[in-house]
Amino acid sequence: MSYFKNISYALRTTRKGLALTLKYFFSARFRRNSKSVAAANYFDGEKGTFTVQYPNEEIPVPDHGRYKLHNEIDDCIVCDKCAKICPVDCIDIEPIRAVEEYGKTSDGTPLRIHAAKFDIDMAKCCFCGLCTVVCPTECLTMTNEFDYSTADILDHNFSFGKMTEKEITEKRNEFEEFQAKKETIKSNPSSEKIKPVSLKKTGAKPVLKPRPTPKRK
Amino acid sequence: MLTFVFYLFFLLIFVVFAVYAERKTAAFIQNRLGPMEVGPKGILQTIADLLKMLQKEDIKADAVDKLPFLLAPFIVFTAVFAGFSVLPLNAYVAGSSISGGLFLLLAIISLDVLGILMAGWSSNNKYSLYGAMRSVAQIISYEVPIGLSVLCVVLITGTLDLQEMSIQQTGSGFLSWNIISHPVLLIPLVIFFIAALAESNRTPFDLPESESELVAGYHTEYSGFRWGIFMLSEYGMMLLLSIVATIIFFGGWNSPIPNFGSLKLYEWTSGMYWGTFWLLSKSLLLVFVQMWVRWTLPRLRVDQLMSLSWKYLTPLSLLMLFVCGIWKLWLVS
Repeated sequence: MSYFKNISYALRTTRKGLALTLKYFFSARFRRNSKSVAAANYFDGEKGTFTVQYPNEEIPVPDHGRYKLHNEIDDCIVCDKCAKICPVDCIDIEPIRAVEEYGKTSDGTPLRIHAAKFDIDMAKCCFCGLCTVVCPTECLTMTNEFDYSTADILDHNFSFGKMTEKEITEKRNEFEEFQAKKETIKSNPSSEKIKPVSLKKTGAKPVLKPRPTPKRK
Repeated sequence: MLTFVFYLFFLLIFVVFAVYAERKTAAFIQNRLGPMEVGPKGILQTIADLLKMLQKEDIKADAVDKLPFLLAPFIVFTAVFAGFSVLPLNAYVAGSSISGGLFLLLAIISLDVLGILMAGWSSNNKYSLYGAMRSVAQIISYEVPIGLSVLCVVLITGTLDLQEMSIQQTGSGFLSWNIISHPVLLIPLVIFFIAALAESNRTPFDLPESESELVAGYHTEYSGFRWGIFMLSEYGMMLLLSIVATIIFFGGWNSPIPNFGSLKLYEWTSGMYWGTFWLLSKSLLLVFVQMWVRWTLPRLRVDQLMSLSWKYLTPLSLLMLFVCGIWKLWLVS
């Protein structure tokens, strides 16, 4: 008879449901650990509350995750490779050629171009990470910083160039003078020879550094 | 008079912390943390909410029927709170000494349906009216099983006075509770508990204010303090019915610990303050069970609600009344 079946079904299901919720109620004593995805026991410890009270606590993110870009401008040779490979054109570089080699990066690559402007618009960035792959001096990296939301979208444009206006005009004038001088030498070859400076962009040869490639299983 | 003062303040404090407990219970059952920001572990969250609620504008829509609209929350609260007048607090403080106390309590708390209907009808809003209609249908239907299940207890104890009922359960801890000394009362207890959930419009019987269908049911048009009164009455009803269940089934203010030989545990845990403590802690445990049920069971459909009351609980409680009568005859002979 379905009448008594209904009663027993109601009792059974209610008992089971209440047992289940009570189990969860008491398991709230435990908290899910804030483990990195890289942790070996990431999928253990499913018991307990899952809430991460974000501004007060964070789940650790991988160091090599694809988050905010950072450019170590002192190591940047302004080769423009990153801007060229960027699928969404979020890197904006304004180079000024130097008249001569003005320094070396930390890996020994000669610096021949000044970066008047090195802007990365993270609002446009698609986080593909291609720019960090092509970077010859590995100065452009993705950091583990992911919380950089701003009220104004224009604040998502991060500038890495650290030249002042004065320096920029100075370097520009210097280069123009140099060019003009070269022009006069070209038109008048009999005049005194100046030491040629390689102005080719490809002149800056990076030191070859083998990258560790991830092993495939 | 003393119980009135005590229960009024206890009710107000209870509501503040019951709302917090409700949210925490929900959170824990759902693997969340619940309120955490205001005060340590979010304990002051309800107080912050309360302050916000009291500052809200008392909105009266143009089309509402003013007098019933303004009066309804107070009728609901008065009806519920009047029920507290007959409750004893401990062995020495007995509440209103009416010999038909339990009967008065059941009669007077069913008046709250009048306030709910007033609120729903005068709001001039289809959701409110639907909510009120459902509430009336539900509360009137569940009056029958709740009355019959209480009648089972009355039949066995032979009194309607709640203090007298508590005194009968004095003696040897939990062994002298009605539910233990008269095991036939187990089914009336279940019926009483289910019907009490329906009476206080709690999930799974929260059709009158089912958020997913009716916005907020009969109190859709209410805001600020008047809405707060409805909330207070709802939690008041929960507490009231839990205290009644405690008194009629679980020994009221009697200590649950029996004596062990020379260890006079029962006497040590009895007395004025102990009695109040036992009564309230047993009741709050039942309130927790109500919350636990709320976060376990989904809401019933209207026809399921009616069939549960009329096809299952009412016949069963009539049967149990018969069984309890036989039990009483067997006890007497």
